[in-house]
Amino acid sequence: MKEAASSPALVLSRVRPGRIVAWTLLFIGGVIMVTPLLFMLSTSLKDASQVYDLRVIPAAPTLDNYVEILGDGRFTRWFINSTIIAVIVTLSNVFFDSLVGYTLAKFQFRGRYIVFIAILSTLMIPTEMLVLPWYLMASQFGWIDSYWGIMFPGMMTAFGTFLMKQFFEGVPDDFLEAARIDGLNEFTIWWKIAMPLVTPALSALAIFTFLGNWTAFFWPLIVTTSAELYTLPVGLSSFAVEQSIQWEKIMTGASIATLPTLIIFLFLQRYIVRGVMLAGLKG
Amino acid sequence: MSVVAHREVAAPGGLWSRLSLGQKQVIWAWGFLAVPLVFYVVIRFWPTFQAFYLSVTDWTITKPASFVGLENYKRLLADPLFWQVFRNTFMYLILGTPISLLISFVIAYYLDRVRFMHSFIRALYFLPFLTTAAAMAWVWRWFYQPVPIGVINDILSSFGIPQQPFLRSTTQALPAVLAPAVWAGLGFQIIIFLAGLRAIPVTYYEAARIDGLSEGAILRKITLPLLKPTLVFLVVFSSIGFLRIFDQVYNINTNDPGGPLNSTKPLVLMIYQTAFSSYEMGYAAAQTVVLFVILLVISLVQLRIMRDR
Repeated sequence: MKEAASSPALVLSRVRPGRIVAWTLLFIGGVIMVTPLLFMLSTSLKDASQVYDLRVIPAAPTLDNYVEILGDGRFTRWFINSTIIAVIVTLSNVFFDSLVGYTLAKFQFRGRYIVFIAILSTLMIPTEMLVLPWYLMASQFGWIDSYWGIMFPGMMTAFGTFLMKQFFEGVPDDFLEAARIDGLNEFTIWWKIAMPLVTPALSALAIFTFLGNWTAFFWPLIVTTSAELYTLPVGLSSFAVEQSIQWEKIMTGASIATLPTLIIFLFLQRYIVRGVMLAGLKG
Repeated sequence: MSVVAHREVAAPGGLWSRLSLGQKQVIWAWGFLAVPLVFYVVIRFWPTFQAFYLSVTDWTITKPASFVGLENYKRLLADPLFWQVFRNTFMYLILGTPISLLISFVIAYYLDRVRFMHSFIRALYFLPFLTTAAAMAWVWRWFYQPVPIGVINDILSSFGIPQQPFLRSTTQALPAVLAPAVWAGLGFQIIIFLAGLRAIPVTYYEAARIDGLSEGAILRKITLPLLKPTLVFLVVFSSIGFLRIFDQVYNINTNDPGGPLNSTKPLVLMIYQTAFSSYEMGYAAAQTVVLFVILLVISLVQLRIMRDR
């Protein structure tokens, strides 16, 4: 940013050999980082006879693997399952975490501190410890093999509540008071006045929740038994076991599971990076 | 105003308008919290107590739970598999946290100074963070295969280096499983380090340069001390991640998860197998309590050590 203002000649004169070496090494490191993704994608575009040919750009690229796998229908189903689940859980977190965060940040009432500490304390409990009671609950209420069974543990999170509370504390009380004098009810004040002021935090929360649920493996693996209800990661895992050594098919499945988040990133890079920074610094 | 207020008092729902602003606020607050509180009690607090309770029962899928005291814990401490798993879990932590933080700090430190194609290079490092661990485990599994399938062994053999067994070896398998976990986590750590580096005021650096401090001295005396909150967060956060490793381990060796010879099995995988392969739910619950204690102790110890320094 600082150097953007200076003339190109000045920039050039300031480029020292050390900088060029550092840049080159960083670039090579970055290419190594995406190599596994490139190999995954390129192999998904090869037929069985080319798999052992390790050229990154396939000699005869083909979409046959995608046609075959998507035509089979299971991946389409898992894709839909994962999308529905990740979207609903994300909406629920954006709504409830910010409602609770707002209440804890902006309302004066007895018991506020206790509620805050109680919610925060759940951060110490690892998911793995709750999984057996959740499983027991799900089997008693018939939630095994249902969307709700996959979704219910994550509908609200202490992390999101804490993040939103931090941000709502930065919203000036005057804004809310003015709305109160105008006769708006508290729900409208939160939804119409306070929420638009914390959109960066909301997008951070949405990104993390969506990513977390899209890639989730442990709980969906436990709570689903029929292939119809698998999410993409669980479905991919069972599919890959069944393919055993047909690596081009497995890489195609892995690409289908991975590409959506990568494509979303390409479009929303700025917001995602900012969101991760926000969540990391405040959370 | 007074006319409106008067009319509302007379209306059937007039109770509400008789309340003071403070009382209304309290009612709104508890109204907002009602559904979330039910959720936290039913989905978080109750299961937490239940997990402790189940850990002192002999609950299996077929048999209702009955109290057995500390039997599960005694059995666990006497189980050689548990100690193997315990050692593996700590290996993931002891290798994973320092290696990933060192790499990500070095990259962030230099990337912070790069202007040319900055966001493109940052994107290259960040992309693996957005992948699904279960999917990437299969990609790495493919890389680790022997020739002519496996990419890594192919490259090694083209340099005349002997073939490595990777996932088939009891000593190489754990680092081989750890690699994708480190790889996928780097992007997040780099972004957080970058945010921390950027939060350090430029004036500090300028003052240090005027005082004639070398780059190394600036790093030691200014950058690292001011980066401490970021570092504490990343150490605790990534340690918890490595202690809870599961997706990669489960998928990279589905024929014998945690193998060969349990040499890659972490505690979460042991919990999964005890609960959902052996159906010994009570015993698995005791293992989850042990995991909880390990996570708590490690986090507290790290926070204590890092705060003192």
